[in-house]
Amino acid sequence: MTKLEHLQDFTSQVRRDILRMVHAVNSGHPGGSLGCAEFLVTLYQEIMDRKEGFDMNGKNEDIFFLSNGHISPVFYSVLARSGYFSVSELSTFRKLNSRLQGHPTTHEGLPGVRMASGSLGQGLSVAIGAAQAKKLNHDSHLVYVLTGDGELQEGQNWEAIMYAAAKGVDNIIATVDYNGQQIDGSTKDVLSLGNLKAKFEAFDWEVVEIEQGNSIEAISTGMNLAKEKTGNGKPICVLLHTEMGNGVDFMMHTHAWHGKAPSDEQLAKALEQNPETLGDY
Amino acid sequence: MKKYTNTGSKDTRSGFGAGMTELGQKNENVVALCADLIGSLKLDDFKKNHPDRFFQIGIAEANMIGIAAGLTIGGKIPFTGTFANFSTGRVYDQIRQSVAYSDKNVKICASHAGLTLGEDGATHQILEDIGLMKMLPGMTVINTCDYNQTKAATIALADHHGPAYLRFGRPVVPNFTPADEPFVIGKAILLNEGTDVTIVATGHLVWEALIAAEKLEEQGISAEVINIHTIKPLDENAILQSVAKTGCIVTAEEHNMLGGLGESVSRVLALNNPKPQEFVAVKDSFGESGTPEQLMEKYKLNNEAIVEACNKVIARK
Repeated sequence: MTKLEHLQDFTSQVRRDILRMVHAVNSGHPGGSLGCAEFLVTLYQEIMDRKEGFDMNGKNEDIFFLSNGHISPVFYSVLARSGYFSVSELSTFRKLNSRLQGHPTTHEGLPGVRMASGSLGQGLSVAIGAAQAKKLNHDSHLVYVLTGDGELQEGQNWEAIMYAAAKGVDNIIATVDYNGQQIDGSTKDVLSLGNLKAKFEAFDWEVVEIEQGNSIEAISTGMNLAKEKTGNGKPICVLLHTEMGNGVDFMMHTHAWHGKAPSDEQLAKALEQNPETLGDY
Repeated sequence: MKKYTNTGSKDTRSGFGAGMTELGQKNENVVALCADLIGSLKLDDFKKNHPDRFFQIGIAEANMIGIAAGLTIGGKIPFTGTFANFSTGRVYDQIRQSVAYSDKNVKICASHAGLTLGEDGATHQILEDIGLMKMLPGMTVINTCDYNQTKAATIALADHHGPAYLRFGRPVVPNFTPADEPFVIGKAILLNEGTDVTIVATGHLVWEALIAAEKLEEQGISAEVINIHTIKPLDENAILQSVAKTGCIVTAEEHNMLGGLGESVSRVLALNNPKPQEFVAVKDSFGESGTPEQLMEKYKLNNEAIVEACNKVIARK
């Protein structure tokens, strides 16, 4: 099996996890989770330089922050299947006394999570702080953060975007899940983001566009290019063009599955499109 | 009664600055963040001595709180500095999610709290910050009374793991805490023993409480004075022991009556030993422009107001 085939199988299993977790509690956010499955799988399995086990300070390894915390299903699945905690624990998602809260938290001590997210707009600032701590610690590893595109409507992001460039925080790669959708409709209709690439460039960031944000090969190429651009005085932004609901035909090309769980019938149909590869939890 | 000597009036914010200067020398993990108020927060020395550990964030307090949370990941101990209003109300959700709920070791240090900010007026005079911060699970809340205590509290916070809010102010006030007195988080300080009434004061009202106790002594009333520098966790035993003896209590704070120290004390009494209580606090209003002295008189936050409250509460026993 080639590396690519392995990552494709991994992604298929992550999609199954997402669908089954959300279905089991009839709540959660499958659309954005499915759209970022290839990205998070590639990031954790190929791009990031990670250490065994989990330590909150994350010294001498790459670290990742999820700012758009509502896509917790994909985060939890990738974390579990990357060895941070038992895959069987995915069955506790959103249930009472679980470490897998609706939105990620450090509060219950879930390995792999370094900050709570859910209230939008805060992750970029936190990631920048962690990146500056790495510089103080003479740690040459990178900090990755993922934000939603609609999330950029929160003003705190623009404080952080201005700051990172002004202070030369060049060990951060901030990826925007550029799917063009948010709860109330398309970002164009709700509050247009305008020319996002031009905006980041105007704030003096390096921008890498990944047009095929659901292609593992394209993600791998784009993220490696982003890595090459670090250390040159500028923060790096990756505009990751994704399809919300990717991998399940009836969940694609709509914002309807932002925060809605599939029925029994819909789940069966969705699972048919995504074969079990690594074993269901 | 026991005499306390003012060893030279200073502002509490300068105590914070001095504490940061000392921490900068002795703890290399301590970092400071400021939102365009270096002079007001007395962080000039820290910035000059440790430019690599000082972060000028600009006028962007939400970003400052997030960056501080991130700096803890990597083992740093961040102290953020800005005015109390911009340290709390402006960034409540950032503190709630990125600091308190995420259990990050961030020290939120806030100057210009309360009415004694003075002429700038109500936009800057936050009187709700203690309430906002004490409601956050896991948050330690400290309101110091003078220069020496603020300096000691700043230094003590570096050795305390967990989110904390340190509140101090702008005006020059008497400095009477012994310079070598260690600061113990959560441990009240009994300043004067008495038998007729307990005065529990925090922040700038502690000195006023001491003056009030002297005036009460002249009236033949024996007042016990307790300095509650830590509002959360509250030293409940100190309060209950004193009230068991005096049978009534006056709380004094430069804060809204709703949500402040007084209500925390009421809860302790209601659960353990209900006794009459009077509140020296702002009566659910905003502040306004004026000199600190004028404002403290108008809003009844001085020693005269404490004396009046003591007489009232004793009559209710």
